[in-house]
Amino acid sequence: MLRDAWLMARKDLRIELASKVTIGQILPFGALVLILFGLAVSPDLTVLGTDRRSVLAQASPGLFWMAVLFAALLTLGRSFAIESADGKLDALRMAGLDPAGIFLGKMLAVTAQLAALEIVLGFGAFVLYNAPLARPLQLIVVVIAATTAITSAGTLYAALGSGLRVRDTLVPLLVLPVLAPVLLAAALSTEAAVFGESSGGWPWTLLLGVFALLYVGVGMLAFGPIMEES
Amino acid sequence: MAPRVVVDLRSAISVINQFPALAGIDLQVTEGEIVLVQGPNGAGKTTLLRLCAGLATLAGGSGTVLDHDLDHAEPRRRLRREAGLLAHETYLYDELTVEENVSFWAEANRVDPTTIDPVLDRLELGERLRGVRVGDLSAGQRRRTSLAVLVCRRPRLWLLDEPHGGLDRAGRDLVDDLIRHAVRFGATVMLASHDLDRATAVATRVVTLAGGRVADSGVRHADVTDDRERPLDERVEDHDAP
Repeated sequence: MLRDAWLMARKDLRIELASKVTIGQILPFGALVLILFGLAVSPDLTVLGTDRRSVLAQASPGLFWMAVLFAALLTLGRSFAIESADGKLDALRMAGLDPAGIFLGKMLAVTAQLAALEIVLGFGAFVLYNAPLARPLQLIVVVIAATTAITSAGTLYAALGSGLRVRDTLVPLLVLPVLAPVLLAAALSTEAAVFGESSGGWPWTLLLGVFALLYVGVGMLAFGPIMEES
Repeated sequence: MAPRVVVDLRSAISVINQFPALAGIDLQVTEGEIVLVQGPNGAGKTTLLRLCAGLATLAGGSGTVLDHDLDHAEPRRRLRREAGLLAHETYLYDELTVEENVSFWAEANRVDPTTIDPVLDRLELGERLRGVRVGDLSAGQRRRTSLAVLVCRRPRLWLLDEPHGGLDRAGRDLVDDLIRHAVRFGATVMLASHDLDRATAVATRVVTLAGGRVADSGVRHADVTDDRERPLDERVEDHDAP
């Protein structure tokens, strides 16, 4: 299984290196989303009861994760468009690769691409929204857990929609409700890490970890039957 | 000793999008045969090949391919590793080079990587084309790359859907050589083709489909496996030669 996962992940990352879709198209899209969010909220508005903390900075964790989520949808769609084109899902089935390995490999490749996007978008969010960073280590843990939850659930649903003609519109409709709790937990735990709030945000981070484990487990189990039906 | 039956379908029904693409097929193919499956568009040729590859499912009747029961999921999965399908689709990643594509599928199919170079040379994909992205290739070169993936697999059952399509004369000759070479080493071949003159010349039997059924199961008229009596090591040497 791990051998197959590594094979799939290497192949997907090699395709990304050759096509540069993530860097050339998805990253600019995510950056545009961040900028548009910034334009939609006045930087002069401050949050009551804080030391002149702007509304934009206060909302920055949620806005950052929204931008990541939109970018993730594009990355996931691209990841499975590659496989469903030209009959390659059939070829993967003929090769007898472990479905759980294919799931993990696709998920790992998307996670790597999303992690690269998050570094750039995160830097952009700090600069554009003038957000502080009180607990960087906690933020790293939050980002790892949230990214894993997003890519595991996203990979599962992107595979589910890959055989459908309406996948481009259907997959976001399926994925976004499932990821709504992840978005909430990610935004609240990021807020705690960024502003160093006394509540700590660890329960939300723990919840993110549970989501990640749950979606990875379900994905590994369900990917075989999904591939058979694609 | 009677030749081994590789494909044994009895009243086999396969449904694609609620349409019975195969509506009760009876067909037996024995080891070493090269069976040309012909028939008009929509006769069920592609579905028959996909059924024999373990990709399509049985909705009725019964069938075994390479002794794997088509009625059950696990034997079908095992069958896929032993059969090789060359379909209308190329199964190739446009962004990767010829060599990267063949290497990926070789590794996915657990093929010895040392077999890749001789196969690329045999299919004239060596020096000049191995580093070219598949998206930049002509249709014929893409077909050759798909063939290279298939040859690397060394399947026991070759299922070829329009194998001559998109190829020039030299390419079509090469396909015929590969088919004869595979059969000499013990493989069985089923091919669907509209290039009937060429396909009939290479086939040992012609099966005609119409409306999802076998209209004529044909008569075996030639045998290319006449060197089976040769010692195995000689045949292996021949096979290993690109």
